[in-house]
Amino acid sequence: MSDAARYSAPRPWSALILRVLLWFVLIVFAIWFLLPAYVVVGTSLKDLDEIRGGSLLALPHELNFSAWRHAWSEACIGVECTGLKPYFWNSVSMALPGVVVSTLLGALTGYALTKWKFKGANLVFALILFGCFVPFQVVILPMAQTLGKIGITNTVYGLILVHSVYGLAFTTLFFRNYYVTIPDELVRAATIDGAGFFTIFHRIILPLSPPIIVVSVIWQFTQIWNDFLFGASFTTGGAQPITVAMNNLVNTTTGVKQYNVDMAAALITAAPTLLVYIFAGRYFVRGLTAGSVKG
Amino acid sequence: MLTRPPVKFIDRIARALPQIVVAPGFAAILYFVYGFIIWTGYISLTKSKMLPNYTLIGTRPYERLFQMDRWSVAIENLFIFGFLFVFVSVIVGCLLAVLLDQKIRAEGFIRTIYLYPMAISFIITGTAWKWIMNPSLGLEKVIRDWGWESFRFGWTVDNNLAIYALVMAAVWQASGFAMALFLSALRSVDQDIIKAASLDGASPWRIYLRIILPSMRPVFMSAMVILSHLAIKSFDLVVALTGGGPGYASTLPANFMYEMTFRRNEIAVGAASAMVMLATVAAIMVPYLYSELRGKKHV
Repeated sequence: MSDAARYSAPRPWSALILRVLLWFVLIVFAIWFLLPAYVVVGTSLKDLDEIRGGSLLALPHELNFSAWRHAWSEACIGVECTGLKPYFWNSVSMALPGVVVSTLLGALTGYALTKWKFKGANLVFALILFGCFVPFQVVILPMAQTLGKIGITNTVYGLILVHSVYGLAFTTLFFRNYYVTIPDELVRAATIDGAGFFTIFHRIILPLSPPIIVVSVIWQFTQIWNDFLFGASFTTGGAQPITVAMNNLVNTTTGVKQYNVDMAAALITAAPTLLVYIFAGRYFVRGLTAGSVKG
Repeated sequence: MLTRPPVKFIDRIARALPQIVVAPGFAAILYFVYGFIIWTGYISLTKSKMLPNYTLIGTRPYERLFQMDRWSVAIENLFIFGFLFVFVSVIVGCLLAVLLDQKIRAEGFIRTIYLYPMAISFIITGTAWKWIMNPSLGLEKVIRDWGWESFRFGWTVDNNLAIYALVMAAVWQASGFAMALFLSALRSVDQDIIKAASLDGASPWRIYLRIILPSMRPVFMSAMVILSHLAIKSFDLVVALTGGGPGYASTLPANFMYEMTFRRNEIAVGAASAMVMLATVAAIMVPYLYSELRGKKHV
């Protein structure tokens, strides 16, 4: 009935025009979103003559991966001509522990804050939550001092610590909002059966958690991998994460500007998070909207 | 009877276990967020230059800060950038969400295209757009070769346009996020009301304007708050796209802070600028978070 009412109202030809218009707008926006990706991939496959002589939008004449090889293992970053490879592994060894620590701590904190509500639990959560939104400029200076005192300035360990701490606010938010939706009766029944804090976490809560764990892991991985501010502030030279190294590669090339190598470097830097997005986009979106939609 | 006290002690630990588990994370946040804020606040009142110096000199760093032309430019840029970025992202995001809500075939595929920029670093977005806006080899050349000889797209090297280059790239990155927010809100609107309205003969257009969009007011609020806080924190995009230039024409407060602290040996002024940024974010976020948390209690 409702469908009939809906479709009989506008005349068929006007509905058709609307439909065409709709698709036109959708496709124009799709082109706009895809343009940079197309340009970056295209440029990375051209040689310099082709870039200077041809059009930005032209397809490459052949699939030439030499710029990729150059960006990965030969390009000079500062005085070291190692390519992005060592920095890529820096980022990997920074991101993995950072993700694990912040997710584990976030899960436990979120569980304790929702299922074992103690006096002041809401205040504790509110204080942690604000940590999500603090502009990091306000913590950079004391952080640099603290890392210096512990003796882990300019190391991957320093960045692991930084990302674990500042990621904790987000992971706590994710787990807290997720655990709120698990009925308290489950926990209460288990308590009556004599199960304790960790038994309940292990036996009841964890088995229900995989969806939110995936959200947390993906979010943290993307955040840590894409970070630039902390990397630029606390590391120099060989300890830099890939985003910082890539920016240096693009901006300090002496001599001939190699646009194809720049674009290949951008692509290599973007690849891990893009792959995660392509294969687990649903969870990525959930993490993205979790900070703004009530749990 | 004699074994009772130790049992009680264990009991007490068991009862305090939730607090004990929360303690390390909470302590870390207290120290690394709130402790550090106090430290930065203190430093912003001292005569620190190259190294932290704990001699208080009152609000003089703030006076110096607000006398600096670089800072006024950064603040003015933040207003232009923040307003346009939030406004355009919300409009584009809302438009795309409504269009995608029209029972589109391949909706998931199109959504994936609109949202992928959110997965990459602002550094990459900046690098890509800088190349596209390259005055001699970029899009400008393409359009000129097509016959529009006077076309100019070298925004990144133009004093007056560099800030709009930032807006353009930032909108490109974030409007898909706004779309995702709006789309999930559209999907949760009560379908019965829509059905009733369309039975009453209301046009789809009218249903959107009168019923659906007004009911989404909280989501508009969320989107605007989150995007404005992103705008205030913007740092990497500027570094990669314009380098803050030409000169410091497109610098933002976050870049100002970095420049003062790490390059110009003006730690106190850098700390003062960070405190101003914190105050701005707090003015937006605290009321928002307060209402969100209160709202939850009533549910």
